[in-house]
Order: sequence, then structure tokens, then C-alpha cells
Amino acid sequence: MTPNPYLWLVPILPLAGAAINGFFGRRSSKKAITAVALVFCGLAFFLALVIAAGFSSSSAPYYFNLAHWIRAGSFSVDFEFYLDQLSLVMLLVVTGVGFLIHIYSVGYMWDDDGYYRFMAYMNLFMFFMLTLVLAKNYLVMFIGWEGVGLASYLLIGFWFTKDSAAAAGKKAFIVNRIGDFGFLIALFLMIKHFGSLDFTHVFTAVQSLPTETAGVGILTAIGLLLMVGAAGKSAQIPLYVWLPDAMEGPTPVSALIHAATMVTAGVYMVARSSAIFDRAPTAMMVVAIIGTLTALFAATIGIAQTDIKKVLAYSTVSQLGYMFMACGVGAFSAGIFHLMTHAFFKGLLFLAAGSVIHGIGGEQDMRKMGGLRVYMPWTFMTMGIATLAITGIPPFAGFWSKDEILWRAFGASWVYWLIGVVTAFITSFYMFRLMYMTFGGEYRGAVAQKAMVHKADAHGHDDHGHDDHGHGEPHESPWVMLGPLVILAVLSVVGGFVGYGNRFEHFLAPVFQGAGAVAREGAREAGDSTIEYLLMAVSVSVAGLGWLLAYLLYSRLPQLPARIAASLGGLYRAVANKYYIDELYAVLFVKPLIEGSTTILWHDVDQGVIDASVNESAHAAREVSDSLRHMQSGNLRSYAGWVAAGGAVAIAYMVWMGVR
Amino acid sequence: MEIPLSCYLVLSGILFVCGVLGFLIKRNIITIFMSIELMLNGVNLSFVAFAAQWHALSGQVFVFFVMVVAAAEAAVGLAIIIAVYRTRETLNVDRVNLLKL
Repeated sequence: MTPNPYLWLVPILPLAGAAINGFFGRRSSKKAITAVALVFCGLAFFLALVIAAGFSSSSAPYYFNLAHWIRAGSFSVDFEFYLDQLSLVMLLVVTGVGFLIHIYSVGYMWDDDGYYRFMAYMNLFMFFMLTLVLAKNYLVMFIGWEGVGLASYLLIGFWFTKDSAAAAGKKAFIVNRIGDFGFLIALFLMIKHFGSLDFTHVFTAVQSLPTETAGVGILTAIGLLLMVGAAGKSAQIPLYVWLPDAMEGPTPVSALIHAATMVTAGVYMVARSSAIFDRAPTAMMVVAIIGTLTALFAATIGIAQTDIKKVLAYSTVSQLGYMFMACGVGAFSAGIFHLMTHAFFKGLLFLAAGSVIHGIGGEQDMRKMGGLRVYMPWTFMTMGIATLAITGIPPFAGFWSKDEILWRAFGASWVYWLIGVVTAFITSFYMFRLMYMTFGGEYRGAVAQKAMVHKADAHGHDDHGHDDHGHGEPHESPWVMLGPLVILAVLSVVGGFVGYGNRFEHFLAPVFQGAGAVAREGAREAGDSTIEYLLMAVSVSVAGLGWLLAYLLYSRLPQLPARIAASLGGLYRAVANKYYIDELYAVLFVKPLIEGSTTILWHDVDQGVIDASVNESAHAAREVSDSLRHMQSGNLRSYAGWVAAGGAVAIAYMVWMGVR
Repeated sequence: MEIPLSCYLVLSGILFVCGVLGFLIKRNIITIFMSIELMLNGVNLSFVAFAAQWHALSGQVFVFFVMVVAAAEAAVGLAIIIAVYRTRETLNVDRVNLLKL
């Protein structure tokens, strides 16, 4: 443990930027706002680089105690920051990708009236995300956890005058709240059983407990509750429904919060709690199953979406499923590796999608795109690289991490591996479908465009700020937007090589020492390299197959998909409507809740009991005083009569008592 | 012949009840005033009766106090009655009801 006094500055810098822009941005010029937002975010990135340069595994973990917070008996929580290999990776990903997306946002949001607000929220998000990543105990982590939820809510509902955006913001917040509830109960259990929320204390205490192989014990309970929290934040079954709707936010937000960083917080939290999960195999299995199912389930929905951002949203859910699958089979470092490469290529995919949307005037429907590779070559190239990366074509980043996960999943059970490979095939199919629909063939929006400009405005599609440009032709985005794309594309190409020869895993190994049992089992199997290469070949070839299928259906035979869709009938409709999960939730949870709240809580309890008791007691007091008021007639002799009567009663009482 | 204590107390009770009834029934302030004096003297009678019965001096002392206070009260009370008569030109208490709701 080495103190590092600079740690706390990393989150504080973006907070300062958020405060300056938030309080003074309304009256500042856009140049000043840009400068503040970029400088503070960039400083945080620079500081992270400095810290990374001074990082050495021998003196890790670093910590810094900023201030006391809660002192109650033997229980104490401080504002403490903590940096080990795991948080270093997260720190660099969050500040690096975050900074690039800040630069991109300058180009993307320049014409929006709420520019200062947007930049302030983005910086605020960075603050909370860095707090989450650098926390030394679960409570400070929870501050960041809730804070990123808040920033996410603010940014999804950024165009709050649009009903759908406001509703999506609320949905994200409420669904996240369900997950946070689980997280919070897990924290209470930790306080009760370990008397601390500090990572070091909790994990030391956990390691002295036996592995809960049979039945459900305290560690399994904590693990499952943490997973509930992670499922909410990282959009896993059954709480994934908010993420696709979150695409109502501006595209840089989708890239930063809903693809690269915030949604991976759940994975980070599960990996951070690896010591707990290691002792709770049942919880591990639940994590793996949820991750695997989510990966497949979300990927199938992605096939039939026509909104470019919705495809990417379901793809994100699916890729997060991979990460949880990895954590669930004990391959935490593989999960974090995929988290990192995913941040590169999915951030890039969203930014490129934003560039497309920007270039054709706010249209998000892929059926109205096509042929854009001619108009926006840079966007096409970078997005193509990202697509190759996500589908797992070597040597792009996604190949390394996804292959690592699939290999480790095979070590746990071939079922996980099989579903993972099927998902990889579907991923490859829908991603290349997206590419062919967007960039291949002829531009399908030109004719419709002129008529659609106003309609798109009325629709309030993504960046309505750009609709008044008077788009005739699709055009390439400015360099302030393309720059981040190119940098992320480079990272998507080379990012995977950090995992070459298991270097990434060895780097993270000290963090996951606690999670020994499962990792050792994996290491034993890792010796068998023939199977590893075989599995690698299988996953690469299914990715190729998916590409081929997408090429056939969406480039060579563009009439075929519609006919296939028609012949599938009900199945296709179910997929296109996202398996009616939203409708199901509405019937199962939302409607009963609203009905129950209206009739029972509002009409019966609030109006019938609480309001009524107050009203009735006031009424009764008035009735009584109304009758008593006649005693005060102003007639002197009646007063005397009352006094005499009262005296008579008192004497009668005393006499009666005396007789008795 | 010794007069028993009960006779004094009955007389005292009769005087007091007369006072109360007079207070309640009469409308003239002066009559009411006299009824009050009647009640006081009824009470005074029971005081001295008990004092004589128990050979305790304090009851008699108390009666002197009551008489002194009653004299003072009579002076103030008559002054008030004159003042009321001057402003209201009546001695009927039912018409002196400015404090009525």
C-alpha cells in the first residue's frame, strides 16, 4: 500500500469543469465553454497518464485518504481513493475514451442551444465515473454508482422537451433504481457481517470464510444482490430494457455512457468483488447464466432493428453479456479485457453512427441510408474497422478479448461456449447488415430527404439541431469529429495486442488473487493449446459466416430479407418487437403498480385515511366548539349559574366520595 | 343549653343558598351585591361555629379577614355600580352585556 496524493485530483478536475460550465456557462461564449470542458477533462486524462507512468506493480495498490466521512462506533467510512491494476485499466479507459468523446461532442453538439448544459453534464458524468472507479470502499463506489445514474438520466433526457426522451430518461433511472436497491442491500449485509465497507477489510474477511459449495449462505446472498445491481447498471436480463430506450439521448452520450463506460460499471463491480464471488459458486453460476442468456437474447433482437442506434444498443447489451459470462466462469481479467476493447470499438461504432446521422441530417433509419461510403469515406473506414473488431476478425481488438472469453467459457462448460459462438455468429451478421445497409448500395435517402426534413424535425429525431442545415447531399463530418474516430480506430486495431501472450491477464493477476480456485482451474486447461486454436478457428469462421450471410442478404440479394421476414411471420414480428418484453413488463409490473398506487395508495390510504383523519378531527373540533360557544352568552347570571352548578357538582362528588 | 353545631351549619347553608338564589334570580345589581354579602356571611357563620366547636382561634381570625375584604369589596363594588349607572343609566345586569359574543 503506497499513498498517492494525486489520486483525488483525477475525479475532482472534471467536477470543477462541470461546476464552472454549469454555473457560468449560460452567459459564456461557446469557445469558453469548450475550453473549460476540454481542459478539465483533458487534465484528468493527462493526470491519469502521469499516474499510469508512475505505476509499478510492486508498490501497488496505491491509496489516498481525502477526508473522514462516517464514524459510528467501530464502523467507519472515509473518502478514500484506491488504485490497483484493475482501477488503473478502468481509469485509463474512462479518461481516455471520455476525453476523445468530449472532443467529438464539440463538433456534434455545437449548434445545440443547450451546449453549455451538455458539456457540464458530460464533465459531471466523468466526475462520478472516476469516483466509482477509484473508490476504496463500497460506499464511495455507491456515490459514483448513483451519480453516473443521475448523469445518465440528465443526458438521456437532454432534449427534455421531447416526450420520448423525457420518458426514456425516467425509465433508465427507475430501472436502475431497482438494481441499486439490490446493491444497497448487499452493502447492508456487508456492514452487518463484516462491519466494514472497505474493499481490503471485506475481502480479507471473506477469505477466512469457507467456500459455499452447498446451499445459500451470506456470500451467495451478497453476490446475488450485487449481481442485481450490476444487472441494472449494465443492462442485463431482466433489467436491460432501459438501455435501448436510452438511445434517445444525443449520440456522444450513447457512445460515452451507454456503450464505453457507465454500462461497464456493473462488470467492474463484479470483477472488483471477485473475492466474494469466488467463495459463492452459486452466485458465479447465476452471473454466467445471466450473461450468456443476455448475450444471445439481445443479439437476436439486434437482427431485426432498423434504427442504427438501436442495433448498436442491443449489440452493447449483448457484448456486456459476454463480459458477465467471463466473470461468471471466473475469467475476470478476460471480462475486463473485453470491457476495454469494447470501450474502444463500441465507442467508435457509436461515434461513427453519430457521424452518419450528422451527415445525413438527423436520420436514424438504416432503410433510408445506403451508399454512404462515397460521401463519408473516413466514417466508413473507421466504422468498418470497428465492425471487424466487434465481430472478432483477427487481428482486431475484439478478436483477442472475445476469443479469450470463449476459451475460458469452454473451460467451464461447453454450453456457455456454444451459446457464445452462436452469439458471435449473430453479432457478425447484424453488424455487417448494418454496414451494408448504411454504406453499401445506393443512397436511398436523397428523394425522401427533401420531404423528410420537416417530418424529421417534427419527429424530433436524434440531433434535430442539425435539421435546419438544409441537407441535400450527405456530407462528411468535420475533423473535430473525425479525429476521435481515427484515434479510436487505431486503438480498435492495436488494442487487442496488450492481451497477447496473456500479458493483460498477468498484469491483472494480483487483483484477482482472491479468486484463486476458478482461475487455477482455467490455467490447468489453458495448457491444452490444440483445443484453444481449434476453438479460435471455429469462432473466426462463424464470424466469417455471419459476414458472408449479411453480404448475400443485404448486398447481393436485397429483396430476400423481406421475403424471409414474411415467411417467418410471427417469429419475425416477435423479434422486431423485441419479444414484446416492454409490453410484458408493462402488463406485469407497470400497470399493476400504477393501478395499485392510484386506487389503494392514493384514493384509499392517502385520501381515505391520512387526509380524512385530519379533515375529520378538524370537523369534529368545529362541531364541539360550535355547541360550546353558546355557553358564553354574555349573560352575567347564566355565568353565575354555571359556577353554582359546577360548585354543586364538585360538592356532590366530594360528598359521594365521603359517603362511599 | 348548648345549641348543637348542626343548627349553625343548617342556618349557614340556608343563608348561603338564599344568597345563591338571589344572585341567580335578581336582576338589580344592588340586590345581587347584597346576595353576595349574604353568601359571605353564611360562610362566616360556619367559620365561627366551627371555631367555637373546636376552640380554634384561626376560624375567627379568618372571619375578620373576610369582613375586612368584604368591606373593601363593598366600597369598590358600589363605586363600580355608580359608574355603571352613570354610563348605562340602568341597574339591570341583563342589559350590561357589552362583552357578549
